[in-house]
Amino acid sequence: MNTIADRNKDIAAAAAKLGKSTYNDSAYKKVPTERKLRQQESPKLATLEEAVRKSGLKDGMTISFHHHFRGGDKVVNMVVDKLAEMGFKDLHLAASSLSDVHAPLITHIKNGVITRISTSGLRGELAKEISHGLMKEPVVFRSHGGRGSAIATGDLHIDVAFLGAPSSDPLGNACGYSRSENAKSICGSLGYALPDARYADKVVIITDDLVPYPNTPNSISERDVDFVVVADSVGDSSKISSGAIRDTKNPRDILLAQQAAKVIINSGYFKDGFSIQTGSGGASLAAVKFLRESMIEKGIVADFALGGITAHMVKLHEEGLIKRLIDVQSFDKVAAESLKSNPMHKEVSANEYASADEPGSAVHYLDIVILSALEVDVNFNVNVLVGSDGIIRGAIGGHPDTAADSALSIIVCPLLRGRIPCVVDEVTTLITPGSSVDVIVTEYGIAVNPGRPELAETLKAAGLNIVDIHDLKNRAAATIGAADPLPFGDKVVGVVMNRDGSVMDVIRNIEE
Amino acid sequence: MDRLRRTMMFVPGNNPAMMQDAYIYHPDSIMLDLEDSVSMAEKDAARLLVYNALKTIDYGNTEMVVRINPLSTPYGKKDIEAVVKAGVHVIRMPKTETAEEVVEVEREIERVEKELGCVGRTQIMAAIESALGICNAYAIATASKRMMGIALGAEDYCANLKTQRSKGGDELRLARETIVVAARAAGIAALDTVYSNLNDMETFRAEVEFIKTLGFDGKSIINPRQIEVVNEVFAPTQKEIDKALTIIAAIKEAEKKGSGVIAVNGKMVDRPVVIRAERTIELAKASGILKEEDIK
Amino acid sequence: MELQNSYAGTLESGDILVMISPAKNPGLTINLQSTVALQFGRQIRNVIEQTLTEMGVTDATVDATDKGALDCTIRARVTAAAVRATGKDVWAD
Repeated sequence: MNTIADRNKDIAAAAAKLGKSTYNDSAYKKVPTERKLRQQESPKLATLEEAVRKSGLKDGMTISFHHHFRGGDKVVNMVVDKLAEMGFKDLHLAASSLSDVHAPLITHIKNGVITRISTSGLRGELAKEISHGLMKEPVVFRSHGGRGSAIATGDLHIDVAFLGAPSSDPLGNACGYSRSENAKSICGSLGYALPDARYADKVVIITDDLVPYPNTPNSISERDVDFVVVADSVGDSSKISSGAIRDTKNPRDILLAQQAAKVIINSGYFKDGFSIQTGSGGASLAAVKFLRESMIEKGIVADFALGGITAHMVKLHEEGLIKRLIDVQSFDKVAAESLKSNPMHKEVSANEYASADEPGSAVHYLDIVILSALEVDVNFNVNVLVGSDGIIRGAIGGHPDTAADSALSIIVCPLLRGRIPCVVDEVTTLITPGSSVDVIVTEYGIAVNPGRPELAETLKAAGLNIVDIHDLKNRAAATIGAADPLPFGDKVVGVVMNRDGSVMDVIRNIEE
Repeated sequence: MDRLRRTMMFVPGNNPAMMQDAYIYHPDSIMLDLEDSVSMAEKDAARLLVYNALKTIDYGNTEMVVRINPLSTPYGKKDIEAVVKAGVHVIRMPKTETAEEVVEVEREIERVEKELGCVGRTQIMAAIESALGICNAYAIATASKRMMGIALGAEDYCANLKTQRSKGGDELRLARETIVVAARAAGIAALDTVYSNLNDMETFRAEVEFIKTLGFDGKSIINPRQIEVVNEVFAPTQKEIDKALTIIAAIKEAEKKGSGVIAVNGKMVDRPVVIRAERTIELAKASGILKEEDIK
Repeated sequence: MELQNSYAGTLESGDILVMISPAKNPGLTINLQSTVALQFGRQIRNVIEQTLTEMGVTDATVDATDKGALDCTIRARVTAAAVRATGKDVWAD
């Protein structure tokens, strides 16, 4: 006979051999609850305080955040306020970036709740205070690709990630937009949150729209999520583009954009199937408009546009001029909506976007990038982080990642901003090394890296005004006069990491 | 060969940032304005600003023009002193109606130049903005050997004519043609009036095409965005360039042979054709279509 | 020299607003606010002082709010304010 009873002995033997127990049917109990109701009892649902407690967060640990809501972010302040209230101290805040809206952190730094910060950038009051020496430990600055690598390799270990999401189901399938009628916010891509979701020990999704399971298509998977917290609001979507993005009417920006577009069109890289990324500066956004005209005229279609995706790029995609959009961060609401509705608009993580150690990261396959700068120097080094008053006022972003890995990197930067020179002998802080920068476009001429003589020849032959970078620097100096050196102190307030994990530069405190 | 004057960009004389940036757009001429764009209360300050800017800012090869206030106002004389001392290339007289006005301005310029020891340095151009001015166009154009050009100021002209500007510009036809003819007769430049609707680049382009056909050297402009359109319209076609290059080559050939007769394909080339060819080459170079090495 | 309260310039970017008033103490007192004070404060003061000295204004209070003006603009604005304060123009009548 071969009944189950006859096989019991063999079952027990097989279990023993595998080191497992045998099945016990009495342990199973059918749950007849309607499944829609059962979701609401998801063990992951918690209040913020419960989630924090259950996460096992302790003093001295690292918490992380993304900055997809930019100036409209509400999660960082909400969570850190709660952690302060719960009595936490000595925390390491590792955000993908911080902005003006995070000024309340100043109090939490003074109270000892936050003692270390890692970020891509700092702006506003917080940046000013830190530049003046607010923190004992220097802030660690990484590029977006560098942060992705650091999280993946464990250089930056995250204990608990608090990730705002415009929609999530009770199991933690979360997304940068919502398809429900109760949608309150939208930020599009959650690219900078993806490494945190994947590698953090505990992941807390904070959402203002809890939707029924399954929240598909999802960006963050339930597999990576430990807790789901519902909040009134995670971000003000209208402020996503209030940070760095301006649509320009300024004739000087238009001139710079026109010149940048001419560089691209005549560079040899502007052909069918090319790929491109633009920064968020007014001039580089305006350059897209000029490129569009040329693409239509010459019948050129791009394979993909990468990076921070803007309304301009979406327009070109919808017109069929750019086949695919690869989106690590949606720079405005139009881009965020497009990610939701356009199937060829793809979301990528910071690692897939720009990490040096990720063979498939998109920047490796990028032809052209247009970037802005606070300062460049005669060796083509670029500073996008520290203002010429010595105060931190920007973000590294993907600047060094895209400059290094693209085939052609173009920096668009006015020679002078008022009396501030933007072409100098040596940048205040080294962010993107000159070896990765090919072209600098200013209103007084275009400088080409001496390492790319063939490019200089090509552009000159096309009638562009190619000048020596030293002439640009001299022109700036002659116009503004000699600047006094900045009163930097001896305290290191910031450390700039290269994308490969090495230390690139330090920022000293500026005296008041 | 006279310089190109396709674009003369107006810049308010009391705006330091705009004065500082004007050069980067590469208009052929920059006109710093002390007249209509400056309020009465700021005439003194604008004059000082323009004076210091002209003396200090590096405008490269750009032709620098200052529109002064009329000598009939309390500002005109001081304007002349300041800008001549600053070394301006051209003084632009507004609302010019008679040759005598030009002579008066010339006298003031000369007085300051004598003091500086640079008599004859400063050129004059006159904007004609009234019916009387149009009637006197040739007399104005020839009133002084310093005359560089005459320009139409359409707003005041239309008001004076008791009409207003229309899209096609019929009301300006006589004035425009008179100015071109007077300028050509005097051997000086003819510049057209401004077009101020920046949102209608189509009409602007059509107007530039029209005034080019009439024979104008260029247009007064109020915004850097207009420069490219004017330059495009004034850029010669490849056919015109090729023809001009053939003629220039023939001139060089004739020079080499020491011959005064220029011939292309066995046919003699007339002087006007040579002049036109030279202008075509200059325009082509300025438009970036032709480079110096292409001509040799 | 008798001085009237006077000013010249604007608060636009690239400009400087210069106010001149009678001196409370002998000499020139220059109160400067500038967006580029760290790097150019010294030079801006020098230009103000030099311009006034050349015009024979030796005792005055100067309040200047600078928005990144170049030296030539500073010189023009200080001269204009001083002309208005003294009633004595730099150009012949």
